[in-house]
Amino acid sequence: MSARPDRVGKAWQVLGTVLDPEVPALSVCDLGIVRDVIDHGAELEVVLTPTYSGCPATEVIEESVLGALQAEGLGPARATLRRAPAWTTDWISDEGRRKLHDYGIAPPGPALPDGTAPIRLVRRQPPIACPRCGSSHTERLSAFGSTACKAMYRCIDCREPFEYFKPL
Amino acid sequence: MQGSIAVSQDPAVQYLLRIGDSALILAQRLGEWTGHAPVLEEDIALANMALDLVGQARAVLTHAGVLEGQGHDEDQLAFLREERDYRNVTLVELPRGDFAVTVLRNAMVATFYRLLWERLRESSDAELAAIAGKAVKEARYHQQHSADWVVRLGQGTDESLRRLRAALDQLWRYGAELFADDAIDEHAAATGLGPRWGDLGEAWEAEMDALLADAGLELPKSTPFVSTGKRGVHSEHMGFILAEMQHLQRSFPGGVW
Repeated sequence: MSARPDRVGKAWQVLGTVLDPEVPALSVCDLGIVRDVIDHGAELEVVLTPTYSGCPATEVIEESVLGALQAEGLGPARATLRRAPAWTTDWISDEGRRKLHDYGIAPPGPALPDGTAPIRLVRRQPPIACPRCGSSHTERLSAFGSTACKAMYRCIDCREPFEYFKPL
Repeated sequence: MQGSIAVSQDPAVQYLLRIGDSALILAQRLGEWTGHAPVLEEDIALANMALDLVGQARAVLTHAGVLEGQGHDEDQLAFLREERDYRNVTLVELPRGDFAVTVLRNAMVATFYRLLWERLRESSDAELAAIAGKAVKEARYHQQHSADWVVRLGQGTDESLRRLRAALDQLWRYGAELFADDAIDEHAAATGLGPRWGDLGEAWEAEMDALLADAGLELPKSTPFVSTGKRGVHSEHMGFILAEMQHLQRSFPGGVW
């Protein structure tokens, strides 16, 4: 089978509509986990990088990605896993950050460069702005939230709890 | 019932099993807190850390199976070995104890793993280096979180300090095993697979010393005792963990979620 024109471009468009199952405000492209789409002629290869080692969504994402491509007639497709370089929250797109904010999740700050992260005990973190009212007068309630990638915060001004996508 | 598999004694495979098994067994212990932790936030935190550890163990055991070349997958390696073929350090198989034991052990293990994963990013084995690149970030969070709790318990009430001190008395002696090198470490260092674990000892002790000082505790004196889990000789607690962990795979061979 010969390569279909713009199959890769169409695939990226379709992938832009596949949502992350745990943060359904974001597509897998916004999240930055789709690293490459390669047209091999006979089949389409989608290269994915997992977010967390133990992320239970990884397999679901793979299935949704392949399902969406099949449904649009872009298949057959297969997904391959690329571990290096490791995923970082810095790969979340600007569009993705805006969507997170609108969804009520404070987007992550910049991830520290590898190896230079100071391990300070009971560290003071820079203030996280409340995605609802914008106040920086917030406090952390819990280092882990509904998923490993988020922490729980509360806004002291508007009194609303919210989630913070942790830089990784 | 599904029988046991025999595992290769190849030193590279054994080095990986030590890494993967220590993560796997600690994850099993942390999972015991689900629904039982003192506060909801810590319940979630412990479960999340267990999940990271399971993910790391899956990746490392899968790779160990590939290197071994006998077709063993992650599930077979995780669930179908005899006790003496598990290579986790004894520290992680000890009962979960109270919350002080749990957070102090987490701090000891996460500090070790952070140092180990940092070095493994430079492994001559590209897959292990890739796994480490991800895992080091997770270990950093685990270390931060458990260290926060060690300080909080140390500076908390008389009761929390008493419990932390008891935890230290119980656990500290099991730290020595992490840094007791043998032929497996020598092989890993010679081939560039990874560091001798003993090479991490000095940095580990310095970080633990700083942490315990913050918590108002002193580094205990070292003793001649060295546990032997990573050589397959485990404590009496190990069999009970495996009975629980293996029950499903032994009863329903090849069962998957």
